[in-house]
Amino acid sequence: MARIELRNVTKTFGANVALKNLDLEVEDGQFFVLLGETGAGKTTTLRIVAGLEKPVAGTVLIDGVDVGAWGAAERDVALVLQQYSLYPRYTVRENLEFPLKSKIRRIESAEIAQRVERVAKTLRIDHLLDRKTDRLSGGEMQRVSIGRAIVRKPRVFLMDEPLSALDAKLREALRTELKNLQMNLGATFLFVTHDQVEAMSMGDRIGVLDHGRLVQVGTPTEVYVNPKNTFVARAVGSPPMNLIDGAIRDGKAVADSFSLPIAAAAAHEGRPVTFGVRPEDIRLDPEAPAKARVHDVENHGVEKIVTLNAGDTLLRLTAPAGQKLAIDDIVSFSWNPRKIILFDKNSGNNISSAV
Amino acid sequence: MTQIELRGVQKWFGNVQVVKDLNLTVAGNEFIVMLGQSGCGKTTTLRAIAGLETIDGGDVLIDGNSVQHLKCSDRDIAMVFQSFSLYPHMTVYENIAFPLRARRTGKRAVDLAVREIARVLRITDLLERKPSVLSGGDMQRVAIGRALVRRPKAMLMDEPIGALDAKLREEMRAEIKRLHLQQGSTTIYVTHDQVEAMSLADRIVIMHEGVLQQVGTPEEVYAHPQNLFVAQFVGSPVMNVAPVRVSQEGGAVRVAIDEAGEGFAFPSELLTNLNGHTRTGDLALGIRPEGVLLSHEPHDGYLPVEAHIIEPLGSHDIVDLKVGERMLRARTPAGFVPGPGRRVHARIDPGQAHFFDTRSGRSLGVRL
Repeated sequence: MARIELRNVTKTFGANVALKNLDLEVEDGQFFVLLGETGAGKTTTLRIVAGLEKPVAGTVLIDGVDVGAWGAAERDVALVLQQYSLYPRYTVRENLEFPLKSKIRRIESAEIAQRVERVAKTLRIDHLLDRKTDRLSGGEMQRVSIGRAIVRKPRVFLMDEPLSALDAKLREALRTELKNLQMNLGATFLFVTHDQVEAMSMGDRIGVLDHGRLVQVGTPTEVYVNPKNTFVARAVGSPPMNLIDGAIRDGKAVADSFSLPIAAAAAHEGRPVTFGVRPEDIRLDPEAPAKARVHDVENHGVEKIVTLNAGDTLLRLTAPAGQKLAIDDIVSFSWNPRKIILFDKNSGNNISSAV
Repeated sequence: MTQIELRGVQKWFGNVQVVKDLNLTVAGNEFIVMLGQSGCGKTTTLRAIAGLETIDGGDVLIDGNSVQHLKCSDRDIAMVFQSFSLYPHMTVYENIAFPLRARRTGKRAVDLAVREIARVLRITDLLERKPSVLSGGDMQRVAIGRALVRRPKAMLMDEPIGALDAKLREEMRAEIKRLHLQQGSTTIYVTHDQVEAMSLADRIVIMHEGVLQQVGTPEEVYAHPQNLFVAQFVGSPVMNVAPVRVSQEGGAVRVAIDEAGEGFAFPSELLTNLNGHTRTGDLALGIRPEGVLLSHEPHDGYLPVEAHIIEPLGSHDIVDLKVGERMLRARTPAGFVPGPGRRVHARIDPGQAHFFDTRSGRSLGVRL
């Protein structure tokens, strides 16, 4: 297994800067998730590690060795893509055997058979081994392509949105399966996604990318609880953090249509800020001073996600499943004053910790 | 106040039966969502109501009258599809006006109706534009406007927001709900998205392989699923389902989900509720992740378990627990279990437990 390091990597496509001075470290055995929107540079990063793209500046190290001059095959990494590219005329077994049968590897056929069996068992596709791949469901196909990556025991797994083509239920199941697999193999995973639920639920660490720059790296909890700026605040958490422009006056948070208490605000008196509050930290409370109209109620069974319209600001909060609410009801709300994050209104940077 | 009724509807495509003996009554002004995977027969049912599809058995009634002999255009029902199908060479105004002009409505009446519906849908400032310059959400608003302008008896919608991106979908969903509250027309809405169904519906109709599985309010369907399919289709993360052994020692009833374990404590009423089903071995326990309760300290009725994978989702965690050889997913406050491998104590909230006959898949209706 291996440790990956990117130092000061820059990549351009014509005039377009895809990655800008990127520094990234993935520890041996770590599940690292790069989270970003389309065009943020996630796939480019992955392809640079794989040796499919060359950076214009900077170095890529695998286990401390500069692999800049190495081809993709020499790097011994496995790439799993969203679009599974299996050989349709081959059986699952033949697909899994394929990477091992390459002449340069010279693996004994008994060993090949054994490895294929073991991988198939791990991924719970052993009952499908003799089936042609065009007779498989999407989830089964993705398991086979993951199997094809595992079977040759690469040093690093690179995964580019491997779950995004699957339906929600299957994604949910494969998420835990992949995490389980990574824990059992003790392998280094660099996993790329635009889905924050995948990033939060699978990553040991998350790196949030914005237009080719790495904005924040941390555990899921760190990134969720203490986002470095409003971009990260919006990128993780579903529904996302509420961001409300306002100012602090007389130690209170004052927005357009409401004013609520806030802890530890003294240092920012009078300063224009953006308040960040997570949906679970806002609650409906008939005694509360702030008023709003119910704009939407999303029923998730276990809880409700309520959108409030306060003035012209839309606020989301989570309410218990049993809460009776209808669209256009007038309600009162308050928030947990200790859970409010302050961002500078202009730069968007988190200034809470500066207190 | 249009009522729609389906009586024993059957539909075959070749030798595949896609709708099997479907019975459903939709009350006036009701918002019904038909929920199911692709191929479950929901769209076919909708098309049969609209008159776009003939049926091979049974009857479709609108306001008590059979409409089998009526063409699609004579049923006075509006339909909105996922693809917007607007006339590209006409302005938004002309697109919305089209169904009225086709019926030779007077010019003034057309103008009034178009402007009223545009106001409700907040597209007044788009009336002079061509569809090609509109966003996906606005195009769908126009399509809804065109469907509603002639005040149809009922509105049928087939995944109307399925093609929009997540943010827009959320926005349009709220608008469709608001529109229904204002206009109050009988609506049947088809989707495969359970959150959409739970958020929009007065009642949800769940279909699977052409068979109606359950009809109920979102709360009923979530809290009292009638069978395993409904139990595992609605709700995310999926309900835990495991075959169980029920045993009784003295007054204590235990429900074990693994071979060797001693089992979770349940009140003794469970036995009377199960009504003999314990003997056959065809019994499964269903429990949603929020019904698995955790504690750091041992308590009466709690079993020691080991945390395996923890999915931190920010506001809460989903924790996979090893109960012997079985896995049980629990929903916990964020950070409740500090890491994989930790030992905690778990119990099943009897009030949230479901019991199913694994042979028929039916819920035994146990309520503790």
